[in-house]
Amino acid sequence: MTVTTDKPTMIEFRDVHKYYGDYHALRGINATIKAGEFFSLLGPSGCGKTTLLRTIAGFEGISSGVVLIDGKDVAGIPPNNRPTNMVFQSYAIFPHLTVEQNVGFGLRKDPRSKEDKARAVDEALAMVGLSGYGKRAAHALSGGQRQRVALARALILKPKVLLLDEPLSALDKKLRENMQVELIKLQRQVGITFILVTHDQEEALVMSDRIAVMFEGEIAQLDDPETLYRLPKTRAVANFIGTMNFLPAKIIAEGAGKVEVEAQGFGRVILDEQKQVTGQTSPGGCTIGFRPETATILFEGQNAPDRESMATVEEVVYYGDMTYYDVRLDGTSEPMRLSMRNTFGRPVLDIGTRARIGWSPGALVMFR
Amino acid sequence: MKLPTLRIYTIAYLIFLYAPIIILPIFAFNNSTAVAFPLQGFTTQWFGQVWADPALREALKNSLIVAVSTSVLSTFFGILAARASTRYSFPGSGPVLGLIMLPMVLPEMIMAMALLVVFLSVGIPLSLFTIILGDVLICTPFAVAILTSAFQSLDRSLEEAAQDLGEGPFSTFYLVILPLVMPGIISATLICFTISIDEFIIANFLGSGQKLLSTYIFGQLRFPKNVPNIMALGTILVGVSIALLSLAEFFRRRGIAKTGAKDTGGFL
Repeated sequence: MTVTTDKPTMIEFRDVHKYYGDYHALRGINATIKAGEFFSLLGPSGCGKTTLLRTIAGFEGISSGVVLIDGKDVAGIPPNNRPTNMVFQSYAIFPHLTVEQNVGFGLRKDPRSKEDKARAVDEALAMVGLSGYGKRAAHALSGGQRQRVALARALILKPKVLLLDEPLSALDKKLRENMQVELIKLQRQVGITFILVTHDQEEALVMSDRIAVMFEGEIAQLDDPETLYRLPKTRAVANFIGTMNFLPAKIIAEGAGKVEVEAQGFGRVILDEQKQVTGQTSPGGCTIGFRPETATILFEGQNAPDRESMATVEEVVYYGDMTYYDVRLDGTSEPMRLSMRNTFGRPVLDIGTRARIGWSPGALVMFR
Repeated sequence: MKLPTLRIYTIAYLIFLYAPIIILPIFAFNNSTAVAFPLQGFTTQWFGQVWADPALREALKNSLIVAVSTSVLSTFFGILAARASTRYSFPGSGPVLGLIMLPMVLPEMIMAMALLVVFLSVGIPLSLFTIILGDVLICTPFAVAILTSAFQSLDRSLEEAAQDLGEGPFSTFYLVILPLVMPGIISATLICFTISIDEFIIANFLGSGQKLLSTYIFGQLRFPKNVPNIMALGTILVGVSIALLSLAEFFRRRGIAKTGAKDTGGFL
């Protein structure tokens, strides 16, 4: 993961609102995207992530607020005059043109000679691994090839920002995973700011330097993938990115950067206010959260690294390399999801088995 | 055994539909002025007479002027309407489009009479021009229907991609949209041409003394000795119509194949 804090700002949103009639699609977006960053807009469908991307490209106007690209207010500047290029979800490859005509489409007004342009097209095709495909008809390409043509067509113009609208959603799983790695490499190679819209949290985690998680027209959290996963600000973010278990809890004492809570099933724990407590302060109860892989079932002869609780196995889902267990901690009403790596010689437990659960207070998160 | 009722019905229907048209070429090559069986032997003299008739040549020339003008104008208006209805939403777009399409189902007689009254009261003399105006009214709905399907099958993001790659609205239109809807445009032009060539009521009401093919043919039917000529002319017209409609359908289908869209019906 690259450190991005010292890089100059490429895009800035200042209190951006967007209405479609009565519908409030963007509700006060404030964010900065650094130059050379791989940035993702992540959220469920209808959260406004594509709308936000299209305000950068210039396909959507905004109702109020300011969008700055490279320090310049882009209000009123049409898409053809913005230093951004886009890879569309449908790829939008021109079906009546060949691959090289598609890739060279944006060079029409380029003052370079024909030969120079042809060389640029060849280089762009080589960059996306499509050398020799130039003369092919665009409508005869496979999904993966179209995607590459769309990338080459956008990157040939050397934009300051490349916008990617769910570019991998139409590909099958294997191809998608390959393209994720290729896109990361490509981004490092060209050094351009990439902004990716996706609803796939795994894709966002794998590819991004930073991620903005959006719900209902607002950015719920903007962080690097690790922080987002480890210390989500709200339960909604925690649930959208991976799985998180929640236990009702009560604050016992607070002070000197520490919080002591009494959590159902886990008992009393002391948490670090800086590293483990998240969300706005609210009166009343709080919630303790932990990820499935941070707690473990203790088998015969294993000792808890830290703390230990008793639980009953309620559901077993076998995935080959992993087994997911739903276990109910003694004294709680909801089952917790644990994910265990299957190792040689370790049995898969049956439903109803009593099990010791090992966990560490350091892996817990407290939501106020 | 059960009677194949539906099959018999279909065959009878097709015979009823096409038998009269098959009669045309049969008598066009029949060596007799009487349109009656038994046939009297093969001849091509009627085609020669058709070609030699100066009045018919005049009518053909007029018809071509009208049909070409009508098809170009109707297609042009069709492009504007189809683009507006598929790309933009504006208050009243539904009713406006409905009104544009209305002449497709309105009785032509009514339209022709209404136009005649208007032309006469405004003081526009009847001429080929007034026929063209009438025909454009009839043909434009067909052009709109064909072109709307062509514009609808265009992926909106193609247009955005062209803009994103540096093109303004006009260059986007002629670099991307126009080539992709071109098969629809050709198809619409050909169909409008065919409709206009066949058009009788408008030509008869708004044509003043100017003869078009349709009104000429109608006039000739009064003279029994000219009937074989009409048969020959009819044969030529049927042949040309079929050729044009097939060409139109060919372009429509090729357009769909090219853009990879789904076929949503057509005229053939």
